[in-house]
Amino acid sequence: MAEFEPVLLANIARDGSHTRAVYEAAGGYTALKRVLREMQPKHVVELVKRSGLRGRGGAGFPTGLKWTFLPAELRGPVYFCLNADESEPGTFNNRILMESDPHQVLEGLILSCYATRATTAYFYLRYEYPLAWKRMQAAIDECYAAGYLGSNILGSGYALDVYLHRGAGAYICGEETGLIESLEGKRAWPRIKPPFPAVEGAFRHPTVVNNVETVACVTHIAARGAEWFRSIGVPPDPNDPRDPGSFGPKLYCLSGHVESPGCYEAPLGLTVRELIERGGGVWQGRRAKAAIPGGISMGLLRAEEFDCRLDFADPARYGCLGLGTAAVVVLDETASLVDFLHNSCRFFAHESCGQCTPCREGTAWSLRILERIRAGRGRLKDLDLLLELGDSLGIIPGTTICGLADGAAWSIKNAIRKFRGEFEDHVRRTNPGGYRETNPVPALEILTAH
Amino acid sequence: MAERVLTDEMLAAIRALFPRYPTRQAVTLPALHIVLEGLRYVPPQAVVELAELLGLAPAQIQDTLSFYGIFPQDRPHGPTRVWVCRSISCALRGAEDLLRELCAQAGIEPGETTPDGQLTIEIAECLGACEHAPCLLANDALHACVSREQGAALLDRLRRSGAADNQTVSEPLPR
Repeated sequence: MAEFEPVLLANIARDGSHTRAVYEAAGGYTALKRVLREMQPKHVVELVKRSGLRGRGGAGFPTGLKWTFLPAELRGPVYFCLNADESEPGTFNNRILMESDPHQVLEGLILSCYATRATTAYFYLRYEYPLAWKRMQAAIDECYAAGYLGSNILGSGYALDVYLHRGAGAYICGEETGLIESLEGKRAWPRIKPPFPAVEGAFRHPTVVNNVETVACVTHIAARGAEWFRSIGVPPDPNDPRDPGSFGPKLYCLSGHVESPGCYEAPLGLTVRELIERGGGVWQGRRAKAAIPGGISMGLLRAEEFDCRLDFADPARYGCLGLGTAAVVVLDETASLVDFLHNSCRFFAHESCGQCTPCREGTAWSLRILERIRAGRGRLKDLDLLLELGDSLGIIPGTTICGLADGAAWSIKNAIRKFRGEFEDHVRRTNPGGYRETNPVPALEILTAH
Repeated sequence: MAERVLTDEMLAAIRALFPRYPTRQAVTLPALHIVLEGLRYVPPQAVVELAELLGLAPAQIQDTLSFYGIFPQDRPHGPTRVWVCRSISCALRGAEDLLRELCAQAGIEPGETTPDGQLTIEIAECLGACEHAPCLLANDALHACVSREQGAALLDRLRRSGAADNQTVSEPLPR
């Protein structure tokens, strides 16, 4: 295989990388011009299908296939929602793309809208990214001025408007149907699927929701071809007929206890160990204890499991939920898994939208149990209680509408199953008198009053 | 009748968004942002006026508003609003200590505003700047790798300069 050449981050080191002039000097928008001149929308869909591109937002659904779910005969508008609600703890690659190379994102967005015949795109950008907001708005203005947006784009007859839509600090809006509800002006309660957004999405019309990095990949697929994309990454597992492979470049986020945290571009399939080495290794000469493979929803790897490949298939072989956002967070040998799990449970309890009772109550109770354990009032049986909770929470056991609860469950399950000794030691050390027995629960006043 | 709180400029800015969306309800969140920017809070009277403008029941606006955590309703947040990240990457690098230090120095709890009304400190879940952990957002400016000492100095500076200190100090680093 030829040496890997970064494409997604190729432009960001240039001075003024966020301007159209610098982007175009490096060849930007040539793919858009050629596609509008030479290709019909269905050919772009075919191209993206052939490339094997899978969504970069977390679920890894094949992008071209998602696009084919749109109705063939349109009876109204198609809406495109760009999911820039990047909120998964540990993840920041979309922010870097939007701040430093907004035109790469826009070229991919326009190409993706053309392929899906969308004439309006809502760019759902999280509240916490003010610089990205300014840069994207400036880039959109430049595109209208250059005739890359608006009616009759570059004389092709194709019309597209892109509107920035600002979120308001809710993690659940990154879930595609939560995003649609939020866009419609409601609280962001995810919808039961089906109907899928491609059939009935925003404003009850066919809708595509794709991640920022996903559409950025579309730019390069249009410029370099499907075969180029498939030459990078990990081919399908021949023993797994359902594995479509993990192709293309990926932006890996690395943070936590490492020397050089940052965003690194590499082919899909880089191992956790290789990524940590690219980031200068574990900080302060320490050893690693664990790492999150792809955002906090994906669970935990032990240090012995760092040969795990960061592609769409391998993390599951290590008991993790999946690749997620490929955001690796490293915990060194001094880190407390009790504190880690408390942090994770607090996050999900805060971000549960409250719609499904198992998630609303399950995340809140897991946090209370962790608070009690940290306060020195834990019991060994709490660990089993947490596991019971983790095993019964989410889409996978079939108790919730969306996957937020699966993410909450996965840190619980992985942390306790893979590091049970540390939790037991903590309970024994901090609650030596009470850990064997159930702590007496005060009787409810209502039952003892009479 | 209660005194109106939405200015003509706000109303015009909100109306200018109508053509972007097929429904008026979709303008709810952008409109709330416009009000928040102008008033630094969204009082119940503003909810009533927005409902009138968008053809909705006030309860629909309130329902959406209260789902999110950024729209105070009782009193305006300070001209300086600081969001301190506490999610995992920042927590591993001292975010809890930083948050405690900032709150102690300001004499308030997270979510509160100083008695002089100048400074609000908020807890944030992942600010998406984990390579700069621990980080905080002060109005539109991201502050990277903030130690406790730097945090204390920053707070001092922000309280003196108010909202004027709005420079993003950290550009993302190319790697």
